Amino acid sequence: MATYTPTTPIDHIGRGHKPPAPPVGGGDDGSRGGDVPNYGARLRRARLGLICGIATVCMVFISLTSAYIVRQGLPTFDGASNSYVRDWGKTDLPWALLAINTALLLVSSLTMEFARRSAARQAALAPLKSIPGVSLGNEKSFPWLGITVLLGIGFLAGQWLAWGELHDRGFYVSTNPSSSFAFLLTIAHAIHLGGGIIALIWAASASLLQKPVEARRIVVDITAWYWHFMAVLWVYIFALLGFAR
Amino acid sequence: MATPATVHSHAPQGFIRKYIFSLDHKVIGIQYFFLALTAVFVGMFLSLLMRIHMIWPAYSLPLVGEIKPETYLSLLTMHGTIMVFFVLTTAPQGGFGNYFLPIQIGAPDMAFPVLNMLSFWTTFVGFVVILAAFFVTGGAPLHGWTGYPPLSALTSTGPGEQLGADLWITSIAIFCVASLMGALNFITTTLDLRAKGMTMMRMPLTVWSWFITAILGLLAFGVLLSAGILLLMDRNLGTSFYVPLVVVNGVVMGHKGGSPLLWQHLFWFFGHPEVYIAILPGMGVASQILSTFSRKPIFGYRAMVYAMLSIGFFGFMVWGHHMFMSGMSPYSAFAFSLLTMCIGVPSAIKTFNWLGTMYKGRLRFHTPMLYAIGFVSLFVSGGLSGPFLAQPVLDIQLHDTYFVVGHFHLIMGVAAIFGIFAATYYWFPKMFGRMMNEPLGKIHFFITLAGTYAIFMPMHYLGMAGQTRRYSQFTEVAYQQKLLPLQTFMTYAAIITIAAQFIFVINLFWSMFKGPKASDNPWECTTLEWTTTTPPPHDNFGGVTPVVNHGPYEYGVPGAARDYVMQTDPATGTGH
Repeated sequence: MATYTPTTPIDHIGRGHKPPAPPVGGGDDGSRGGDVPNYGARLRRARLGLICGIATVCMVFISLTSAYIVRQGLPTFDGASNSYVRDWGKTDLPWALLAINTALLLVSSLTMEFARRSAARQAALAPLKSIPGVSLGNEKSFPWLGITVLLGIGFLAGQWLAWGELHDRGFYVSTNPSSSFAFLLTIAHAIHLGGGIIALIWAASASLLQKPVEARRIVVDITAWYWHFMAVLWVYIFALLGFAR
Repeated sequence: MATPATVHSHAPQGFIRKYIFSLDHKVIGIQYFFLALTAVFVGMFLSLLMRIHMIWPAYSLPLVGEIKPETYLSLLTMHGTIMVFFVLTTAPQGGFGNYFLPIQIGAPDMAFPVLNMLSFWTTFVGFVVILAAFFVTGGAPLHGWTGYPPLSALTSTGPGEQLGADLWITSIAIFCVASLMGALNFITTTLDLRAKGMTMMRMPLTVWSWFITAILGLLAFGVLLSAGILLLMDRNLGTSFYVPLVVVNGVVMGHKGGSPLLWQHLFWFFGHPEVYIAILPGMGVASQILSTFSRKPIFGYRAMVYAMLSIGFFGFMVWGHHMFMSGMSPYSAFAFSLLTMCIGVPSAIKTFNWLGTMYKGRLRFHTPMLYAIGFVSLFVSGGLSGPFLAQPVLDIQLHDTYFVVGHFHLIMGVAAIFGIFAATYYWFPKMFGRMMNEPLGKIHFFITLAGTYAIFMPMHYLGMAGQTRRYSQFTEVAYQQKLLPLQTFMTYAAIITIAAQFIFVINLFWSMFKGPKASDNPWECTTLEWTTTTPPPHDNFGGVTPVVNHGPYEYGVPGAARDYVMQTDPATGTGH
């Protein structure tokens, strides 16, 4: 009874739209239709999942920001002056190094976007291969994904140098609340970015493992949006540490 | 990273893929269910120890020995944590939600089956970690399930506050990650995998409840994760997020400048949505069962949906009502109080709609129905004490007393549990292909209903009289003597009620293997899970994609052949 009708409009799949008339035969949600998975539906599904994931990471950093602002204003009793003082302290962040890291990450976002569009283009052109006489050539596309991985690793290496620099300047996690938050926010971001790099390596290996080009496109697309989010998040953290000192 | 949906049309072979690392949402749902069942017995055992200690403090229990005051605090900490996280957040959402959400919307599985499996096993690891806290040096932590610093942030504040407390925080952090993965899956599945004809306003209220619960979880658990990380840093890295200048046992601690209030805000910003996460699925199940067993459509379907959405929305705005005694500004207190009262409105709408559903229905008093009615009763009993506590002025007397304990136990420890029982008795035939024993179910219901009222109602009197919660002993205190008979009564009621739960367990396991075989739709219900075979095949619908033509609760439709119209029945042309 369930037949996959290739002419089913893509936006009517998986959205629970009312059937137009007493239904003849089954419609389906696009994820089960014989042997042809509906990559459009799967991409949309993956993006929806990513949006949920991003919402959650946002909540983590929003709560950390809230803690940051609250902690900034908290007083402690100072025995010497017999009064309440703010002990937020200051952290001598290595701004030049962090600025270079920021630039690295923003450039990596750009290369990631090129990789995403390239993957989308390849997926869009893939059906043409079945047309007799059409050759897409065997040109290797520019290794945008690989460059992004390198830039990402470069960013993490730069962060590692920045933490080392902070130690050299005498700022540790427990030195003062300002340094605690500086380490916390940058390390939390780095952990999430590390996850993104693992996803990038997975995306890059998808081509080596010769997964279908549409499946590869989905992986690259989701990783790309996550990567852009990481870049925006970093700019936010950078601004917070810079302006809300 | 979320894996794009894969359809595994071939059922897995091999024991490991079929029963251990299964990607099938039905197996995962049952795994969650049994995890919660194990957790609830651990939690109940802890509460039994607490109850016995309350009235016989010198009694030396077998295996446990004499319970010292600090041990009592560890018991209540672990009881609360295990029950709230591993029972109330796991069974209704992870258990029944995982099993029935895809089927009720006509999907073959969850959107991300691998993520689903990972979220169960991560929850399992979290459970193992928290149980480990009992067995390490120092034992389990004693700072309460709310984990307020500085008690929870310093390792020298008591036994159990060293490794035990670190394990507690780690377990909760692991649980947060697991819940976030699950929430992501639920939301994507609900929005993207509905069958043709299954519009949002044709979804069963159970699906709505799981969906809204998932949204709450998505936004709340991240905050708890942050809070936990800050606490771990204070404990282990010498930071001062939560700890001000303190002296412990004559020793000046190295912290300064932190604020315990920061923890309270972060924790309760999570903590209040958490209690709605615990109750919303029960509300969905109650709506489903009341409608089915009254043979009437749910009264005011749209209102029920909007009410659940409002409860979820307002649930994020009221966390301060847990902090009325923390020294907050009375203006803030007023705002939180007002917003808390606002939640009473959609809750009342739901309650009246449940009653309206039953009114003049052709009631069928099977066990699921009894539990659903019991849910409504306990939701009212437990919920009504909420607005009392929502008054800052009254909270001056009632905060940290047994009044609060009675309130949250009635609503979480009984009403939500009744939701789980109702769901178990209702969906057992579909899950295991057999019927549970009705007489045993009814006995279990009546003893549990009477027993839980007997345990938790007297707590309101104790609270109004000023008896403080989390105190391990009242027997030696002269001015508490008059209240002891109530405590004794509660303990005896607890012993009987806990014993009655074994009737349920025996019924459950016996029926799984020896119960009478169930038909595909023993309750004559309209929703999609009852259109498929019992138990459902691997892809839920046996290769047939359902097409939905009706709303979820079309009972007693004039002119219909039977007194119910399945959602997949052909369209009559007059439906909505």
